[in-house]
Amino acid sequence: MDTVDTAAPRTRLTARERDRRAARGAGSRSVPLPLLAPALVAVVFLVLPLVGLLVRAPWGRLISILRGSDATQALVLSLWTATVATAIALAIGVPLAWVLARGSFPGQRLLRALVTLPLVLPPVVGGVALLLVFGRAGLVGQYLDKWFGLTIPFSPIAVVMAETFVAMPFLIITVEGALRSADRGFEEAAATLGASRMTVFRRVTVPLIAPSLGAGAVLCWARALGEFGATITFAGSFPGRTETMPIAVYYALENDPDAAIALSLVLLLVSVVVLVSLRDRWLRTGAAS
Amino acid sequence: MTGPDAGELVVAAIVRRGDFTLDVEFSAAAGEVVGILGPNGAGKSTLLAALAGLTPVSSGRIVLDGQPVDDATTGVFVDASSRPIGFVFQDYRLFPHLSVADNVAFSPRARGLGKQAARAAAAAWLERFGLSEFASRKPGQLSGGQAQRVALARALAADPTLLLLDEPLSALDAGTRLDVQTELRTHLQNFAGPCLLVTHDPLEALVLADRLLVLESGRIVQEGSPALVARRPATEYVSKLVGLNLYSGHADGSRVTLDEGGSFVIPDQNQHGDVLVAVRPSAVAVSLRPPEGTSVRNTWPARVVGLTLLADRVRLDLSGQPSILVDVTPAAVADLSLRAGDEVWLAVKATELEVYNRKPSP
Repeated sequence: MDTVDTAAPRTRLTARERDRRAARGAGSRSVPLPLLAPALVAVVFLVLPLVGLLVRAPWGRLISILRGSDATQALVLSLWTATVATAIALAIGVPLAWVLARGSFPGQRLLRALVTLPLVLPPVVGGVALLLVFGRAGLVGQYLDKWFGLTIPFSPIAVVMAETFVAMPFLIITVEGALRSADRGFEEAAATLGASRMTVFRRVTVPLIAPSLGAGAVLCWARALGEFGATITFAGSFPGRTETMPIAVYYALENDPDAAIALSLVLLLVSVVVLVSLRDRWLRTGAAS
Repeated sequence: MTGPDAGELVVAAIVRRGDFTLDVEFSAAAGEVVGILGPNGAGKSTLLAALAGLTPVSSGRIVLDGQPVDDATTGVFVDASSRPIGFVFQDYRLFPHLSVADNVAFSPRARGLGKQAARAAAAAWLERFGLSEFASRKPGQLSGGQAQRVALARALAADPTLLLLDEPLSALDAGTRLDVQTELRTHLQNFAGPCLLVTHDPLEALVLADRLLVLESGRIVQEGSPALVARRPATEYVSKLVGLNLYSGHADGSRVTLDEGGSFVIPDQNQHGDVLVAVRPSAVAVSLRPPEGTSVRNTWPARVVGLTLLADRVRLDLSGQPSILVDVTPAAVADLSLRAGDEVWLAVKATELEVYNRKPSP
């Protein structure tokens, strides 16, 4: 009956839209208005500050500002401490990830929870905790001081430790996930070919999870580079010694806003490079799934 | 190597995995290819895993070349990495991050050879398998047949005493399977130690194996030459696999009363006790009326319940006493204008029946 048809909602489809829908094999992709408006607010909220940073940047004096300030030494300190922290995380975090993924022992779940706690812990709390343990009067620190004359707080070592504390869990959970989902068949095959468990780990397991290992390391490095709370609490902010880029930005904002913007731009650039290097892993999988 | 049983594999073991129990006892001589045939879940993979040292036995022992490699009584357990075995996995499991040459060199390297020596050993194996030109390729760039050869070369490069193959041809398409099968046969014949080959393809077992073990529900239900197993299947599973109708019944002189109803006159006059009767689907004649004045001893009525077109013939599924699968030509189906639901008469000569004693079920 024709009367029923006319009651049905109708839209006009342009030829282009018909082609598009035919190609995708799907119906309308238009976003409902109640979702579109808040989505746009979110986009503006996330992008606008970055735009502001670019707009307000003292482009003309950028180089001279960066040369003249403590920026270079802060950047150098940030880069090497983040790199050392990542190296330490790889050296001790990957074995821990293996133990968590492959081991079977009582308290495993509790251990996993403890290990990943720094992910959700406010970094300042981590800094306080580190200070209580490794400070001059701390649980471990007093003996380091007494026996070796070693004082950790407010030194570059403290920066590395604070960064490692906060960033390593990112590496651990990434690698642990990869180890869990890795095909154990290859490891079995390696065992039947006479490889010891360590050889299997070195020559089969690690190469197979290399993409996740790389992603975890980059994530860990980026987190270490941006570390602020734990570092300033445990290591302080001595220019050239413990003042990392984020801390330098924070103090520059009080005295020299242009320098703060310039330093922020450098960190933004580093972040973009990190994101681009991870695009295969996150941006594409996000689009695909 | 000492004594007449050098290189022999002797297994008498029970492996428990959750609810599943594998309980087997068999041996394989050096140079012998033993086919292990069985449905999914029969325990074939568990058996290979136990032999390879990937799963310990729960009780019993595995002895290879006179040396116990796993003994639940004494506690001896030789780890997979120290067992002299070569394992060709169903999915090959070639290391995707290593080149073909490095895959084959993996075992010599793992067993302590230097990089150069391992490379040289691998090169020799690749040469022997005609794979030299693929040496620098990654496994992902190989065809199925090439990957299969690399997997075998890699396993043999470990210089194993025992070779285990888990459905080595199942990942190949039908075209390459035949070529690879012929080649595999040559390589297996050249292998000095015992070789166990898991398969569920009876033809593959027939071509490659010297002896067959049929594994069902964790137990060996039949053991014998491929020809014997194919002619006289002991279980429903094997009979389906080799395309035979199989009936269990009780023989009393020259007549077998079938468990499912009906009976057969058999050629033997003195068969007694529990027997199995195997009937080839092509040995049965179909007619529309009761055969008269015929020498055929076994005739019975049946109803057509299904017709399936196979490559060059039609398989009739017939319900009667007994029910049976019969192969006829498409022309015969047309001539008799057979349809599902039709009543027909079946006839099979007594001499076409394969009658043999049934072993008490384990």
